[in-house]
Amino acid sequence: MKSSKSAKSNTSTQSLGQLPDKTLIQMLDLMIKSRVLEERLIKIYRAGESYFWIGGPGEEAWGVPIGLLANKGQGVKHDFLHLHYRCTPTLIAMGMPMKDSIRLMMNRVTDPSTGGRNFSNHYCIPEMNIAPVTSPIGVQYGIALGTAHAQKRAGAKAISIVTGGDAGTAEGDFASCLIWASRKDNELPMLITVQNNYWGISTSYEGQHGETNIADRARGFNIRSRVVNGNDPVESYLALKEEMDYIRKTGKPSFIEAKVSRLYGHSSASGANLVTSEEDCIKSFSDKLVSKKIITEKEVKAIWSAYEEEALRATEEARGEGAPTSDSIWDHVFADNENSDWRKF
Amino acid sequence: MANMAQAIRLALNYSEKNLQLRDVFGQDVGAPLGGVFTATQGLKTSWNTPLDERGIISMAMGIAMAGDRCVAEIQFCDYIFNTIDLLKIAGNTLWCTNGQYKLPMTVMTPVGAGIRGSVYHSHSFDSWASRIQGWKVVMPSTPLDAYGLLLSAIKDPNPVLFLKPKALMRVRGDELIPGEPADEKELKMRIDAPIGDRSKWKADWPQTEEYRVEIGKGKITRQGEQITVVSWGRHLLLANEIADELKADGVSVEVIDLRSIYPYDWGMIKKSVEKTGRVLIVNEDTEVTNFGEHLIYRVVQELFYQLLARPRLIAGKNVPGIGLHPNLEDATVPQKAEIKSAILEIIEEVP
Repeated sequence: MKSSKSAKSNTSTQSLGQLPDKTLIQMLDLMIKSRVLEERLIKIYRAGESYFWIGGPGEEAWGVPIGLLANKGQGVKHDFLHLHYRCTPTLIAMGMPMKDSIRLMMNRVTDPSTGGRNFSNHYCIPEMNIAPVTSPIGVQYGIALGTAHAQKRAGAKAISIVTGGDAGTAEGDFASCLIWASRKDNELPMLITVQNNYWGISTSYEGQHGETNIADRARGFNIRSRVVNGNDPVESYLALKEEMDYIRKTGKPSFIEAKVSRLYGHSSASGANLVTSEEDCIKSFSDKLVSKKIITEKEVKAIWSAYEEEALRATEEARGEGAPTSDSIWDHVFADNENSDWRKF
Repeated sequence: MANMAQAIRLALNYSEKNLQLRDVFGQDVGAPLGGVFTATQGLKTSWNTPLDERGIISMAMGIAMAGDRCVAEIQFCDYIFNTIDLLKIAGNTLWCTNGQYKLPMTVMTPVGAGIRGSVYHSHSFDSWASRIQGWKVVMPSTPLDAYGLLLSAIKDPNPVLFLKPKALMRVRGDELIPGEPADEKELKMRIDAPIGDRSKWKADWPQTEEYRVEIGKGKITRQGEQITVVSWGRHLLLANEIADELKADGVSVEVIDLRSIYPYDWGMIKKSVEKTGRVLIVNEDTEVTNFGEHLIYRVVQELFYQLLARPRLIAGKNVPGIGLHPNLEDATVPQKAEIKSAILEIIEEVP
């Protein structure tokens, strides 16, 4: 644990801000929903019903506000989201059904993101401009440049939002993003973000970085930049809104580094066990709302119970759905299923 | 007649006007240079990028994801290698998303030796490209085919790699592009940027017409009976020359310009080899795991009992680079004499 970093403390660091109660409760509700889903995914893995889990429990206070604030829709007049594999909170906030994530986790043919072809949390939802999540870390930072370029041309004030982890910023694509997004008179409408959980699989932040804050790197490119407590949904929400408004108004990029917790390790490869030494943003936020009498403990428990029941039911339903067939491997190599099998040329 | 650089320029101009091409970009692609081989001079949609190949490919992927058509250039294929994982992702995006995200993007890049380009301006990429699934890969050997293949590439809903044989960029063909002025000087005056200050220059584009070469279709450039030579790009022209020379000696060589590496025209190869019983594949990418080996594998598997001689491949030597001195380059990439000898040897081979 890095004692110098507030996000790595297991004590609350949250503020409450000026948001209406309705929004506060909505964020808590969605954060719980996302957490319940991720914990269900881990249970599915442990039950031997999936091969691998990777996800974002612990990063809900950052991810949910992104999903609430994004201009949701398809095409260049809406925001594009280039997310990485810790993005379940964002998609839950955007309305993704739990069952769709579970279908992806269980490689069902009904998995709307990949049809059973890819890992958990590797979402793809074109109707919400969710670009395909890929395993190679960092590539989304470069690809987001292209959607931002097209959005700028369309002139609809839509932006490209890109997320990634702190370790992934060592990839060249992160540097490409900063360079291309900030070219003088060619700035791109991009919200460039990093979820800094202080880990790259098993290697600590100090083992990978010399910079004090990753956000400092953006300043070198004259990109407006800030660091937020990503364990605080209110601070995250307010910062995201302010930066999104700035980008839509100016057409220029902005950068946010969010300090977050990683509550279940890197993935199932590292055990996916609960880490108790880091702040749990849901517990902190929930306690705060209860103490301020914005919600009761009983109501909070009811939210957990309802989503646990929904996740269980979704799992049972997904379990009964079909698997992709072996003869489907040739599907979608080329568009419109044009033959790609050389044996048939 | 247009040379290949001019043909590419004409195709891009046609596509800007008629195929919703929105961006043509890469290092030095925009004004004032218009590409290191001048293939992008005078275009409305061309622009210069940072010196960042990964950024170029990423940008193209994002533009395509947003639904716009683009042509991105990597200045020499020798510098495309640090983008291979991005090319993999561009090629697997449709598949990984179960058909949801098409990436209709064209990447063009000069390939091959022949201009004394030393170690890092002489690489080939055709065999490498054939292993990046989800891409279509084409390589013209004439200006007209360059025009027709580039239009097809831009129109295609898949990522397409358009390989430009750099040694042929100044070579003229013997067929006019539809709508091209017949007078070479007139064409040059209208679409070649002047030497010196170009700040006020604008191209006077001729009204070229729709002409497409279907991706996946080869072309028989020489009819023959005794042997089939399959090639593409720069070496296709060598194969034609050799076929013409041998014809005078009474040797009948059929030459196939494959034009598309993937998908490829197996029907044309099969029909030809069934007729001749002999086949030689020629290209300049390195010889171990060369794409020609795949073609030979298929010839052996499907036409074994119709063969009259062992199929052969002539390709670049399996060394790390192409040395600058002519002795080194000529010893590394296939030369005319070597190809001609191989043809005669194969013809003389008796089962």
